[in-house]
Amino acid sequence: MKIDPIHQFNIEPLFTIGHIGNQTIAFTNSSLYMLVAVAIISILMLASGTQLVPGRFQSVAEISYEFVASTIRSTAGAEGMKFFPLIFSLFMFICVSNLVGIIPYTFTISSHLIVTAALALLVFFTVLIYGVAKNGLKFFSIFVPHGVPGYILPLVMFIEILSFFLRPVSHSVRLFANMLAGHIALKVFAGFVAMLGFSLGALGWFGGVLPLALTVALYALEILVAFLQAYVFAILTCIYLNDAIHPGH
Amino acid sequence: MAESHGGAKSPAARAHTEAEGGHGGGFPPFESSTYASQLVWLAIFFVALYVIVSKLALPRVGGAIEARQNKIEGDLAEAQKLRDQSDAALKAYEGELASARSRAQAIGNESRDKANAQTEAERKILEEQLAAKLAEAEKTIASTRTTAMSNVRGIAADAAGSIVQQLTGVVPDAASVNAAVDASLKG
Repeated sequence: MKIDPIHQFNIEPLFTIGHIGNQTIAFTNSSLYMLVAVAIISILMLASGTQLVPGRFQSVAEISYEFVASTIRSTAGAEGMKFFPLIFSLFMFICVSNLVGIIPYTFTISSHLIVTAALALLVFFTVLIYGVAKNGLKFFSIFVPHGVPGYILPLVMFIEILSFFLRPVSHSVRLFANMLAGHIALKVFAGFVAMLGFSLGALGWFGGVLPLALTVALYALEILVAFLQAYVFAILTCIYLNDAIHPGH
Repeated sequence: MAESHGGAKSPAARAHTEAEGGHGGGFPPFESSTYASQLVWLAIFFVALYVIVSKLALPRVGGAIEARQNKIEGDLAEAQKLRDQSDAALKAYEGELASARSRAQAIGNESRDKANAQTEAERKILEEQLAAKLAEAEKTIASTRTTAMSNVRGIAADAAGSIVQQLTGVVPDAASVNAAVDASLKG
């Protein structure tokens, strides 16, 4: 029994739909799980009834709505509600795909850096374009913090500018690395159980209890991480958008 | 916490895969040949999700939440209105009751005063009648007495005249007898 913790991240083309340049565009398992995430969100939000007294299903839809709305209001203010559809889409897409991805034998979209980088760059350019369009050159005052003595201001500005342009990197790598590492760790510990059982016989079955307990504990942690990373991604988006809305702070 | 965990793990995992050589064809997240497919489908599905969320899902769920909020506010306003109404009715009832009570008291006072006045008037009339009767009786008594007194004088004078005649055999003249009688009556 060989443990291959990387196998779960393989992209398997299901069918090819065309070529752009020398790149093959295929509908892959990744695309399938994107479709699954969009379908789950659509069903949750559109088939959940609009009763006065909500049922369970409707409550979940309304709690997601209120949760994202209150996150935006508390971090980016009432003006941030302009970006409610964007942040709601990001949060739900990442949260649902992470939670689906934690089911054994499924694929986790956000375990691929290209996907998280695309989402982080979407946020980055939204902030940059909206910030400049709304505030003009005043937007760049976010690089000049208040109350910094003149002689270290160039250094501080350099750090601020650098950190601004590194935002999409940390934004995307945080999500990608968390999902990737969590899934690898789960696979490794779960693999130990099977490996011990196959190689050591009866003794191995007893020995497998410890990694099994660890797998269960890690699984619980990964469920938390799946939600938490979606929340972190969404709240960082709100914080970055807050810079575009209120560059004075 | 989770992030440092991830940072520590992924290079190790990468090393592990690379050590396996051409078996799996490298570390899947860094296989650039899959990037185009992933980006195209991510764009398609994320745009679709954004459109569904912004055009259908959020207005729908937000509308349901808002409808509930409006319903609750409407019901509260309605309850407040009904309460105000019942308060007003209670106040009207209390006012009515107070005015009825004061009216009853006024009527009672009036009838008592009237009765008192009537009794007083009747008493006065009765007293007057009694006083008149008393005065009349007194007058009668006085006249009777005067008459009686004059009769007594006449009797006394006759008796005195007879006594003197009997004693002296002389008939006294009436004037001196009368004078004597008056003097004795006075004395």
